This record gives sequence, structure tokens and C-alpha cells, in this order.
Amino acid sequence: MQRHREINLSVAVLLAIPMFGQDLTPAALAARAKAQNVPDIAYESVPNLLKLPTNVYLGEGIGVATNSKGHVFVYTRSQRTRLFEFDQRGTYIREIGEGLYGFVFAHAVRVDPQDNIWAVDEGANMVIEFNSEGRVVMTLGRRPEPSDAVAAPPPAGPAANPGKYTFDRPTDVGWDAAGNIFVSDGYGNSRVVKYDKNGRFLTSVGSKGSAPGQFNLPHTMAVDAKGNVYVGDRSNRRIQVFDDDLTSKAIYDTVGAPWAVCVSSGPHQYLFSSNSYPDGNDSTMSTVTGEIYKMELDGTILGRFGKAGKQLGEFSGVHEIDCRNPDEIYVSEIQLWRVQKIMLHPKGK
Amino acid sequence: MQKFLNVSLWLLSGGLLFAQVPDISFDSVVPFLRLLPANIHLGEAAGVATNSKGDIFVYTRTGEEATMGGSRFFTHGGSRLLEFDPTGKYMQEMGAGIYGFMFAQTVRIDSEDNIWTVDRGADVVIKFNPTGRFLMTLGRKPEAVNPAGSGGGRGGRGVPGQGVAGDNFNRPTDVAWDAAGNIFVSDAYTNARIVKLDKLGKFIKTWGSKGSGQGQFDMPNSIAVDAQGNVYVADLGNKRIEVFDNDGNFKTQFGDVGSPWAICISPGAHQYLYSSNSNPPDSMDNGEIYRMELDGKILGKFGTAGKLAKEFGTVNEIDCRTPNVLYAGELTNWRVQKLTLHP
Repeated sequence: MQRHREINLSVAVLLAIPMFGQDLTPAALAARAKAQNVPDIAYESVPNLLKLPTNVYLGEGIGVATNSKGHVFVYTRSQRTRLFEFDQRGTYIREIGEGLYGFVFAHAVRVDPQDNIWAVDEGANMVIEFNSEGRVVMTLGRRPEPSDAVAAPPPAGPAANPGKYTFDRPTDVGWDAAGNIFVSDGYGNSRVVKYDKNGRFLTSVGSKGSAPGQFNLPHTMAVDAKGNVYVGDRSNRRIQVFDDDLTSKAIYDTVGAPWAVCVSSGPHQYLFSSNSYPDGNDSTMSTVTGEIYKMELDGTILGRFGKAGKQLGEFSGVHEIDCRNPDEIYVSEIQLWRVQKIMLHPKGK
Repeated sequence: MQKFLNVSLWLLSGGLLFAQVPDISFDSVVPFLRLLPANIHLGEAAGVATNSKGDIFVYTRTGEEATMGGSRFFTHGGSRLLEFDPTGKYMQEMGAGIYGFMFAQTVRIDSEDNIWTVDRGADVVIKFNPTGRFLMTLGRKPEAVNPAGSGGGRGGRGVPGQGVAGDNFNRPTDVAWDAAGNIFVSDAYTNARIVKLDKLGKFIKTWGSKGSGQGQFDMPNSIAVDAQGNVYVADLGNKRIEVFDNDGNFKTQFGDVGSPWAICISPGAHQYLYSSNSNPPDSMDNGEIYRMELDGKILGKFGTAGKLAKEFGTVNEIDCRTPNVLYAGELTNWRVQKLTLHP
């Protein structure tokens, strides 16, 4: 109830200051988060973070995640899609899954509580689990077999009846405390699928649309300690919250388009969501997008940080957030091929 | 009408037999294959076979690369052939970068330890000697990706479903030999036929077409030849194993082992037939492997679909050189399991 009053209040503020939106195109107006007058969180970006060997480059910084030792994993689009590991100081350690059958077009990487590394590939339509040694231990979904005929591409759009074990451009993966696996699937199927820890189908939710429980691009996802699932429903510009059985619980729709969400670990969990500068490189969007919100799990906004731009500490299309430590955030960016480590200084610390 | 009656009888008998098939206890070690170099990973483990020394050969899908050439679209790479010692330790790669490795389907080892790969993307069967040197090809890799709606053979040649009278394949699946060294190739996805060639690769005959009648096929996904030269064809889409004599004359069929994806006949005085009712890649239904006499009598079954040890993710090839020690190559689980049976 308290939150609803806040939302109404921010709408009133928006209407009371018409000057604010005067020069914005309709698209930019729509892209601006409803929440206004959100306090800024002080932060800085760590310079010269990742040290790459000669002739190893990051492409689009599509995924970033850390493990329990602080090692940083970056899943990037390059000549081939590649997965790199760095230590906590940013020193390059190794490449994982070089030449892998399931590495086609990177989308996200996450590290589970046992330090297994999970890559979500929207080109191969697969979720691939590596152990901490970098060997494949489980796969979900299946890479489509090559077509004989270039003149007959598969029909566009979602399958009429998406299979239990096949994805259509999946976007993210998460786990509850029991090890059950959640996959956001994704560009084609507009659903979230739940599997048990051994990869056996349990249930799914969602279809394309804007009603509660429907999705218009479930692009990012995080699971809290109680098993609640937070889905960044990007084109509907809202975060949808489900319980562990994928029953709809709540909707947070004041933080713009959630390109990347993350739930931090520890006894007090926070929810981060990035209203990223869109990948269309439309400059009119740059003044109204790019910020990242820090929230309580119930959707209460605590603060925001960042803005669109190419300088250190600015964000160029944040595509994934790692928030294992809620005061040391990693972000990977699309337009500017990099990963940043953001040190937050929230008030009272 | 007669055909419908036969089908009904199969279903009825299959249903009855299914309930009575004893379970065979078995063990598996996962992961079995080990010590791969950091830059070599199994993808879909489409093919697995052993040679007489017990070395294990895995033909796996790794992902192709495509290039545009004028108006044509060329693809390269996509499969690797790896050799492991009998304990599962990585030994070496064979055929790295060869022109005919596109989309791994099966690997088989003949009685002289030559290694044969069947590639469903390149439409080529390649014979390597035991040390991995190239000896012979059957079929030819398409110069570029075929246009849609092409005919039965490579590049659209031949009659759809039957192909041409020669080694011109369109998505072949398997290879086998009789005691005289004659070669049998199942040419499966676009054509639906078996091609017989002599041991030097000279075309002898072809039989089969797409359909469900006797001697017809709907995806002949796997073949095996027994010591008498009879040819067993896993007719996947028709849910049956068809048996032919050495000249391709229909003899009999077995219809109560689900959808046979992979079959294998063990060597030795008493030969057994194994057949996997593999789960389709988009499901976790079925998955059990049957052990049979050559006359089709089911002796037992083992396994089920899943991702754990002793579970199967779309078995695509079985090796049964030793009848109680099987190797199963899985598509969706990207692994090979060594299965020790205790019948």
C-alpha cells in the first residue's frame, strides 16, 4: 500500500514539472522511468579492470558474473562466442569452452552457489553448465541442427507449443535454494521454465502479452533466498515477481525497462535493475536511460546510480549485472565492449 | 486392411511384451572420458565405437563455420574425431580440419580396425586406416548449401526418397559390412534407402524408398549386419527393425522395441542385437535399451531418459563389441557412457 502511494506521488511530480520532458521525443518519454526524485547513490568505477592478453579482445560485453573467490567470468560475442575467466584483480586466467558446440551467440553467464558456471546462449538455444574446472557437466535445450537449405529459413516467431526441453532464444538462468533451475525463454517463447536440479521439467509460466504472468521479452532473471523469481519483462517495462512455483505475486513498473536484474546474496538481499541505454544507439534516449536502481526485494526504491555514456563510470547498454557483493557491482555493456566494476557508497556506510 | 491388422497385432503384442520385459541391472561411470585438453570439448556425442584393442573413438559435433562465396553459402568444420584409451583417457584427435567433417552422425570400426565416419552434413562416409590416415570416401560433400526443394541425391540429383544408383548420399546415417567386406550405407533423411557397395567402394545396388510398407523406410537411422550377412535396419519413423538378406530381400521385422535410434549386433559365436528406444531431444520419454536375440526375441531392457549417470539423453550410437560392456553416445547429454551389464 505504501508503495502504491509512492508511485502516485511520483506521477504527480512528473506532471508538476512539464519542463522536464519538453525536448524529449515520444520514444524517449516512454523510456524514462516513472520513478522520479530518486536519491543518487555515490559510486566510482575501478579503472583498468580487466587485463587481456595480446590478441584477445572482448566483443559485446553480454554477460558478467563472479564466483565465490571473486573470479570474474565474461561471456562475450567475438568471432566466435567466448567465455573468459579473470581473477579478482582482473588478471586473465583462461578461456573456458573454446570451440564449444553450444557457443553461438552469447546472452548471459551466471555462477551458482557451488561455483558452477552457467552460460546462456541465445544462438544455440542452450543453457550449459560447466563445473569450476571448466568442463561441461549438464546441458539444457538443444542447438538446432543445421538446415540443408538457406532458401527455407525456419518460420519466425514463437513455436505454437514450446517444448519442455527446447528453447527459442533463451536469455537467463537462476536457481532456488534447493537447486531447482529457472530459465527465462526468452525472445521467442515468452516464458519462464522451471526444472529440477537434474534438468527434469517441472513447470512453466508465460506467453506473449502484457497481462500479469505474460511477457514481452523476459530478458533477465534473478531468484532470491526464498525462491521468489524476479523476471525483467523488458518490453513491458516491468519486473514481474513469481513465487517458487511460478505463481504471479507482484509487479514493479517504475524503474524503466529492466535489461538486467540481479539479487544480491547475504542476509539482507537487494534487487538491482538497469534501465539500460537501448542498443539502437538512439541519442535521444541517452538523457532518460542508463541508470541502475537499487531496491528492496519488495520493490521499494532505495536509490539509483549511473547514466548513459562512454566514459568510465557511465553505462553503454548494461546487459548483465553481478551483485554478489551489493556494494561492488560488475556490469557488462553492449555498445562499449567492456566490463566495469562499480564501487557503491550508499549513505550510512 | 491386412497391413492395418498387422500393425494392430504389433501394438497389441508390443503392449503385452513391454510389461514382461525383464530389467537388466547395469553400472555406468560418469564422466568416463577424461583428460581432454582444455581446448577440446565433446559436443553432441553422435558416434562412438571401439577397435580390437579397446580404444574408444568418439565422433562429436563441435559447430560449423559458414562463409559467403558470391551467391553461394559454404560451410566448413563442425565435427571432431577423438581417440581414447580403454580406460577413457584422451589419446589423440584424428582428421582435424578434414574436408568431410561437417555434422557427425556415426563412427564404426571394421574387422581390420579401419575407422569409418558417417557425416550427415557433408554427405560423406570416410574410411581411415587404424592410425588415422585417409583411405577412401563414399559420396561427395556438396559444394555449397543446397537450395530448398532439391531432389534425392547430393545437389538435387536423383529421385526424392530413392536417390541415384550410386554413392550419392543425402544425409546418410550409418555404415556396416558383411563378412566379405561388402559395405552397406543407410541413406536416410531425404532418401530412405540402403546402398550396397563392394569392399572397394564399387556400387552394387540400392533398395528402399520412403514409406511404411515392407522394405520401405521412414528414417533408417542405424544399421547392423550379422555374421550371416543379414542386414538389420532401424526404421526409426516406423518404429520397427526391418531385416533383409544380403541382397536386400525383405525377411522379417520386429515392431515392439519403440523407436529404434541406434542398433548394434555383438560379435562372437552367440550374437545379440541391441536397440535403443531413445528419447527425442525435446522430451524425457522412453530412453531404454533392449537386448534381443537375432530373431527378435527380447531378453531384457535397461536405462531410461534423463541427465544423470545410467540415464540417457538421446542415444545415437551403441558399440557392443563386448556384449556386456556397451558404449552409448548421447546427443543431448554431450557424453559417452560405458555401461557394464549384469544380465
